[in-house]
Amino acid sequence: MEYFLQQLINGVTLGSIYGLIAIGYTMVYGIIGMINFAHGDIFMIGSFTALILIVLLGVTAAMPVAMLVMALVLVLVLAMAFTAVWGWAVERVAYRPLRGSFRLAPLITAIGASIALQNFVQISQGARNKPLQPLISGNFKLTDGGPDGSALIVQLSYVQITIIVVTLLLMAGFTLLINRTSLGRAQRACEQDRKMAALLGVNVDRTISLTFVMGAALAAVAGVMFLLYYGVIDFYIGFLAGVKAFTAAVLGGIGSLPGAMLGGLLIGLIETFWSGYFSVEYKDVAAFSILAIVLIFMPEGLLGKPEVEKV
Amino acid sequence: MSTEQPLLRVRDLETYYGKIQALHGVNMDVYAGEIVTLIGANGAGKSTLMMSICGSPQAQAGTIHYEGADITRAQTYQTMRSGIAQSPEGRRIFPRMSVLENLLMGAMVSKPEYLDEDLAKVFALFPRLKERQHQRGGTLSGGEQQMLAIARALMSRPKLLLLDEPSLGLAPIIVKQIFEAIGELNKREGLTVFLVEQNAYHALKLAHRGYVMVNGVVTMSGTGKELLSREEVKAAYLEGGRH
Ligand SMILES: Nc1ncnc2c1ncn2[C@@H]1O[C@H](COP(=O)(O)OP(=O)(O)O)[C@@H](O)[C@H]1O
Ligand SMILES: [Mg+2]
Repeated sequence: MEYFLQQLINGVTLGSIYGLIAIGYTMVYGIIGMINFAHGDIFMIGSFTALILIVLLGVTAAMPVAMLVMALVLVLVLAMAFTAVWGWAVERVAYRPLRGSFRLAPLITAIGASIALQNFVQISQGARNKPLQPLISGNFKLTDGGPDGSALIVQLSYVQITIIVVTLLLMAGFTLLINRTSLGRAQRACEQDRKMAALLGVNVDRTISLTFVMGAALAAVAGVMFLLYYGVIDFYIGFLAGVKAFTAAVLGGIGSLPGAMLGGLLIGLIETFWSGYFSVEYKDVAAFSILAIVLIFMPEGLLGKPEVEKV
Repeated sequence: MSTEQPLLRVRDLETYYGKIQALHGVNMDVYAGEIVTLIGANGAGKSTLMMSICGSPQAQAGTIHYEGADITRAQTYQTMRSGIAQSPEGRRIFPRMSVLENLLMGAMVSKPEYLDEDLAKVFALFPRLKERQHQRGGTLSGGEQQMLAIARALMSRPKLLLLDEPSLGLAPIIVKQIFEAIGELNKREGLTVFLVEQNAYHALKLAHRGYVMVNGVVTMSGTGKELLSREEVKAAYLEGGRH
């Protein structure tokens, strides 16, 4: 039971990170019908940006708590802003010039953009692992190890709390933005009928740009969380995290915002539980197998919208 | 009327889809306060003209002037922010948005302080929409979708309303309702309307003036009454249309 609870906590944490990245895949797919294969690398850029900022600002665990919190918030916001610019640039350079050309063209430039971002970071930052001393340490002990002290102590670390809380807040805020604001409405309009959106005065190019910007900002948050959680990053982390988050988006139903969140959570849980109970080596296979099985029975994913509604 | 400047002036307009030419030099005017209709057979180029006015696709030759300004090369969203609104062919309701959200999309380019007043206005015009305001657009009947498409266009407070075949596929009683609403808007508020129709009889009765389009060019023009009495118009566009 203790072991199960611990895996659950770890799985939700990992799922939060996947969910934040998955939102970017799903939103871009929704609005331009294309998989942004560079999105995982945008996440990686976010993580590196945060690391560089932490070093530049001299953020360490030795700081007073209030200052540390403020410094980390600042790092988060700056990383989001900086990464958002990268997301915007990728769209402008790699996708917009090809809009309206044959379907495979943007796929090829997407892969090109992904490789370019990886190589850029590899060359400018070096290929080796970048470690970060833990900034947020400490945890809550949820169980006491039983009467004889032999049972596992279930722990919820402060980093995990941070990740889960920040993710929940951002997802709630983002859902409100999409459902309740005129910007979100314009995005959904472009998703459903781009030509009609333009006929109502929506600047479609700008709306698409903003979608990339938002997706990148959320990926940056995931990058910061990843850095704080694992404490080590390299230029290649975007690949596997990107594939997982993409899987999450497809599992939840690509194009669906709640689907991306749910899919992220599920992939995180599947991966963690599989590692915990079966074997670490096959955790990725497990996640992809579940995806394959779900897609056989529900081709549009768990919360995907049926295509028939198109008018 | 010819001494004043038209609200919309189209000259020698040519539009292509790829290599296929759809408009072969169209000329027409719409003056402020008028209802002008354009009739023509399926495939004549009526919708292409409507969409070219809105810059989607952009015309390749000729000019479009609106309020004296050249909008031939304007981006669609810019044109739609300058007082032109369109209820396009096929209605194009956002299927996964509620009726209310569809209307809010229409109000995107108008000032927020007008929102309540304008919602009340279109709900008064089409009470059905008020009843259905929380229903998804995709679940409405054809007639309701058409009302919504017109209402959505009105939410931007246009000076010039472009309507592409609002009667298509609708029961005669609904067509009558919609045409009455258009006539009323024009009389009461002086709204200028450019109406494309295959339902020529109703359109010509409603309109002050009309144009006939054949294969991408305007072949006839005149007042609604004149065109209704022309033998060519009767023969080509009015059989069976008198319901
Ligand atoms: N998106 C398009 N791509 C290619 N050809 C088109 C397109 N839309 C219309 N056309 C062609 O342009 C001509 C005019 O069509 P349209 O403007 O829709 O006519 P109408 O509205 O009068 O029925 C037709 O020959 C039609 O086949
Ligand atoms: Mg048409």
